Amino acid sequence: MRLIKMIDKITIKRIEDLLKDGKRLDGRKLDEFREVKVETGVVTKAEGSAIVTIGKSRVIAGVKIGLGKPFPDTPASGVLMTGAEMTAWSNNEFETGPPSPAAIELARVVDRAIREAKIIDLDKLVIEVGEKIWMVFVDIYTMNADGNLFDAAALAAMAALSTAKMPIYKDDEVIRDNLKTNLPTNGKVVSTTYIGIDGKLLVDPTMIEEKALNARLTVGIKDGNIVSLQKGGKGGFTDEEVETILDGALKHSKKLLKALK
Amino acid sequence: METKPDYLIKGGKRLDGRKLADWREISIKTGVIENADGSAQVDFGKTKVIAAVYGPRELHPRHLVMSDRALVRAKYDMLSFSVEDRKRPGPGRREHEISKVTAEALSSVVLTEKFPRAVIDVFVTVIQADASTRITGLNAASIALADAGIPMKGLVVGVTFGKIYDEKGKGYMAVDVFKPEDQWGQADIAYAKSYNDNKVVLLQMDGDVTKEEFLKGKEMADKAMEYTYKEMVKALKGKYEVD
Repeated sequence: MRLIKMIDKITIKRIEDLLKDGKRLDGRKLDEFREVKVETGVVTKAEGSAIVTIGKSRVIAGVKIGLGKPFPDTPASGVLMTGAEMTAWSNNEFETGPPSPAAIELARVVDRAIREAKIIDLDKLVIEVGEKIWMVFVDIYTMNADGNLFDAAALAAMAALSTAKMPIYKDDEVIRDNLKTNLPTNGKVVSTTYIGIDGKLLVDPTMIEEKALNARLTVGIKDGNIVSLQKGGKGGFTDEEVETILDGALKHSKKLLKALK
Repeated sequence: METKPDYLIKGGKRLDGRKLADWREISIKTGVIENADGSAQVDFGKTKVIAAVYGPRELHPRHLVMSDRALVRAKYDMLSFSVEDRKRPGPGRREHEISKVTAEALSSVVLTEKFPRAVIDVFVTVIQADASTRITGLNAASIALADAGIPMKGLVVGVTFGKIYDEKGKGYMAVDVFKPEDQWGQADIAYAKSYNDNKVVLLQMDGDVTKEEFLKGKEMADKAMEYTYKEMVKALKGKYEVD
């Protein structure tokens, strides 16, 4: 059961009032991203891992690479699987249990950006055509949730993948000690999320700002091209707003790429 | 490690260089999850566990409500990439069992009668597993509860011990087992006490030991427990120290 919090209602009203003067609750400019921090190699048991912090939002992503059988329709291709969990310990409003629709959307949006940007060379992950391939699992968990989990999750997944090492397949065994070879990847994808509140556009929303949103748009960008889009929320954007968001996303993507290094 | 090693101890040294009574390096940090009411990360060597406490708060589902005290509810889980082979996300039978014994151990110290009808949620998440995860998690949970300001009789503190073999197959009791010892050793024992009243609040074992071996291991574990307790108190006090 979810209770409507009076404090949220009051805060949302405050957010809307401040926006009329072009201000945000945390003092940021409308088009200002929070501080972004990327740490890699945080879990040595994983083939790749990263913790990404955006303001007070923090997520951890890890990559495990294991043996599998290819899908019948793609016998000469490895498999990428992306999962996300909005953990009950990352916020007092998230609940335990099977993944919520929001968590599934989060995983799918991150997956789409990575897949469409062709970050992983799935063709190079084949051991025996039609029989044996490498399966790359990227799992993302929220550690402290304060909005814009899309961009944090995408960044963490990207950082974990681009630092991931390949296990070795030898005599029917998977060896994971002292791995040297990188997972074959091509370039980097990042995402930028904007929300619309009363006709104003805000980048990198906090959780309470997300509660006030009319509409949300997440833009995945690789090499200055748009590779994925996800619109959310019950409201809409005008044509001009969409264009403004794309311009903003292109601008912010450069900074996010720098954070990835 | 895929194949059974010839020995887990040789010349008085374990595979990671420790002696039988040595524990791994312990690191404790409090307040690691800002959104939580209390939290802690505890590392025993490469085993890293985060505990987050939310509550006392309203309890759902309603049928669990107790009119005279709070429910202490624990959820233990592991990140899919915390182990060698990817673990399927979400708790399985093992995780549910550990959650249960963790909640029971913590309930022994929390003054639940102070918060009738409420729940105190304790989330224990293994970030990286190198054995002793339930005990590391229990220690983290105990600190997180204190960090959240939940009234308690004292801290719960735990240590593992086990039985490992040398190149001739002779068994020895060892403190704070790590992965190869947990996997290949003859016994693995999780042991925790409510430290102030010196009562055993968690005890689980699988393996094969004599009564004498068990008591010897327990005695060794008590020393490690004393050290762990001091480190836990230090970490909690550290939060309030001013430079």
